[in-house]
Amino acid sequence: MGLLVKDKQVVVPGDILADDIGFIPGFGTYRNSHNLVCSRLGLVNIEGKVVKIIPLSGKYLPRRNDIVVGRVFDILMAGWRVDINSPYSAVLSNKETPEFIERNEDLSKHFDLDEHLVCKVTNVTSQNLVDVSCRDQGLRKLRGGRIIHVNTHKVPRIIGKKGSMVSMIKQATGCRIIVGQNGLVWIDGEPDKENIAVDAIRKIETESHIPGLTDRMKTHLEEITGVKISLNEGDYNGLQ
Amino acid sequence: MDYNKRLDGRDFDELRPMEAKAGVIKKADGSAYFRMGNTVAYAAVYGPREMFPKFQQDPKKGVLRCNYNMMPFSGAGDRVRPGPSRRSKEISAVTEKALSAVVDLSDSPNAVVDVYIEFPQTDAGSRCCGINAAAIALADAGIPMRDIVAAVAVGHAGNKICVDLNYEEEHLPDYVEGLDDKDVADIPVAIVPSTGEISLLQMDGIIPKETLIKALHKAKAALMQVNEVQRNALREKFAAVADEENGENIENVENGFEEN
Amino acid sequence: MMIDQEARKHLRESLAKGIRYDGRKKDEFRNIEIITGFIGTAEGSAHVKCGETEVIAGVKMSLEKPFPDTPDQGILMVGAELLPMSNPKYEGGPPDATAIELARVIDRGIRESKSLDNKRLCIKAGEKVWTINVDISPLNDDGNLIDVGSIAAVAAILNARFPFVENDKVDYKQKTTEKVPINRIPIAVTVLKVGNAIIVDPTELEEQALDARLTVTTIDDGRLCSIQKGGVGTLSIEEIDKMIDLAVHKGHEIRKLIKQE
Repeated sequence: MGLLVKDKQVVVPGDILADDIGFIPGFGTYRNSHNLVCSRLGLVNIEGKVVKIIPLSGKYLPRRNDIVVGRVFDILMAGWRVDINSPYSAVLSNKETPEFIERNEDLSKHFDLDEHLVCKVTNVTSQNLVDVSCRDQGLRKLRGGRIIHVNTHKVPRIIGKKGSMVSMIKQATGCRIIVGQNGLVWIDGEPDKENIAVDAIRKIETESHIPGLTDRMKTHLEEITGVKISLNEGDYNGLQ
Repeated sequence: MDYNKRLDGRDFDELRPMEAKAGVIKKADGSAYFRMGNTVAYAAVYGPREMFPKFQQDPKKGVLRCNYNMMPFSGAGDRVRPGPSRRSKEISAVTEKALSAVVDLSDSPNAVVDVYIEFPQTDAGSRCCGINAAAIALADAGIPMRDIVAAVAVGHAGNKICVDLNYEEEHLPDYVEGLDDKDVADIPVAIVPSTGEISLLQMDGIIPKETLIKALHKAKAALMQVNEVQRNALREKFAAVADEENGENIENVENGFEEN
Repeated sequence: MMIDQEARKHLRESLAKGIRYDGRKKDEFRNIEIITGFIGTAEGSAHVKCGETEVIAGVKMSLEKPFPDTPDQGILMVGAELLPMSNPKYEGGPPDATAIELARVIDRGIRESKSLDNKRLCIKAGEKVWTINVDISPLNDDGNLIDVGSIAAVAAILNARFPFVENDKVDYKQKTTEKVPINRIPIAVTVLKVGNAIIVDPTELEEQALDARLTVTTIDDGRLCSIQKGGVGTLSIEEIDKMIDLAVHKGHEIRKLIKQE
């Protein structure tokens, strides 16, 4: 009776996590008579009596206040439809742009098809309708640069505590980098430095589970670029 | 005479050798490879994603859409003409029902989860092999589900219940002379392992009811082995992640972007 | 993954400096892996990986009536399907222009190399000839399906062995040791012009940024046997000259790889 799995163990849908009714089903689990069962591929997370799953895969699900990198794929009467790498697309209203837009202005002059932008999720309705906005400081169309797709579940590791990880990469490569919660990362700098930044991000993705990642990345970046990195927390505001 | 020794030497309860791997198709949201003997299936999952055509959307929950397809060189004899056939459309439909029994798409209204199943090579049991690959691929894609559906074709041939028929056993009278009972029954079964619920059942051939029930029990037992292979494929993909993570790292996974 | 004007410009500027997004040189192919003979139901098979692009090709042979205008010649047909599993931009359904172009460019590359001795495929003139069907199925598409598909098709043909024929019927369960009578190895290499840069083996993103592409199929002695230009941009004669040189050079390298398998 009790817990049948350890914290941070990889579990698979159908795995029995606990056979004691005292445990409370959190995200990614469900109850089947007295068993607590896994319903999502991921890592077990136990907090007191609550057992939940931290998913290792699955699409990005938008939450209010998330900063995301999106791509315009449709121009509407009063705004744009934006692909945010999620099951549902988002709408950017013409009232939510950095500059004021006159009535009857050609919207494609502001955001055209296939252009990328960094924006904030302002609302997600129960019907999964998503609104985004570009009004806050730093939110805007992303000109030039390149976009890579990363595992959305690795985004927190790529950003690091208080932005420390992405800040290191920016220091070492001199690139502008914006990491969207939705797994899209925009990078802009000298071509060879961009490649170093991309490699560093891929390294974080594959090695995120091995302890000591921050120190390893610092050493790795300093070696490759010759730039001395200072670990500054609080540097990062997600936007530049 | 009865069918006393299986053509390939297996025990009557023995499955063909199996092999499975998760995450084999990089572009897909989830994917898997599953082999049962000489039947090989690839499955790729895309979704949940917006569903087109719009009129097929379900405002209450997401839709699961399966597509079974044989590559032209995968059939036992002649080349298989590319494109959907009546048979492949039917198999796509029963595959979808087999998997829908466990998949929970209530959080994805108006969206679709597309499952593509392709076969480079078949040697009977393809729809079951496809379901096995698809179930792994759906879990790999992070689709919420009660359990991982496992499938196998059991058969009644030469008076014996055989687990996991191959092509020759499906056509046994062509390969073994003098069989008393020339009727071969082919029974694909899919099960929800944790509850024993059956989500796919088809049968072709002449068979008394008692034999069918016995065959279903044999299938259930065999399917536990299939399920182990499926679960291990998923665990292996993330085996590295299962290493001890220190507490600090896990916190990052949750709170990484609180500061902005 | 679509690319807008400024992103395209950024990519071109990077290429102009000789730097590709995945760190390769402009004339460098991704790592190519070839496995053959693993599909029991096919008379010949090949599985080719080039970076993350992955393609399977299979050969099926059958006895058919010849075409009326070539009564003593066998038939070779190359087909390709853009499987939706390989890229979310592919929808299922009948082959569209892209899929058909893929199949036909690879088909012509092999056919025009005149490497197949069609007459040896004839069993009885006017009545029965061997038909060789090569089908290409991509599993994962990260660009350059033409070249990778072509490598897979040729490798599958080289791997193929005729099935046994008993009483005028094909017995697919048994293979002979007889190979397909092919005396040359045609290799298709697609060379792209992106801005001012000339590159080979594009990733999907690089393909989207192209101005023009030239698929050049060459045979063992370096002569050309088939060419296809794609893309809306134009090419000067000097550019075509350079691109062909590159295609011939890469063709030799890839031919060595296939022969090793």
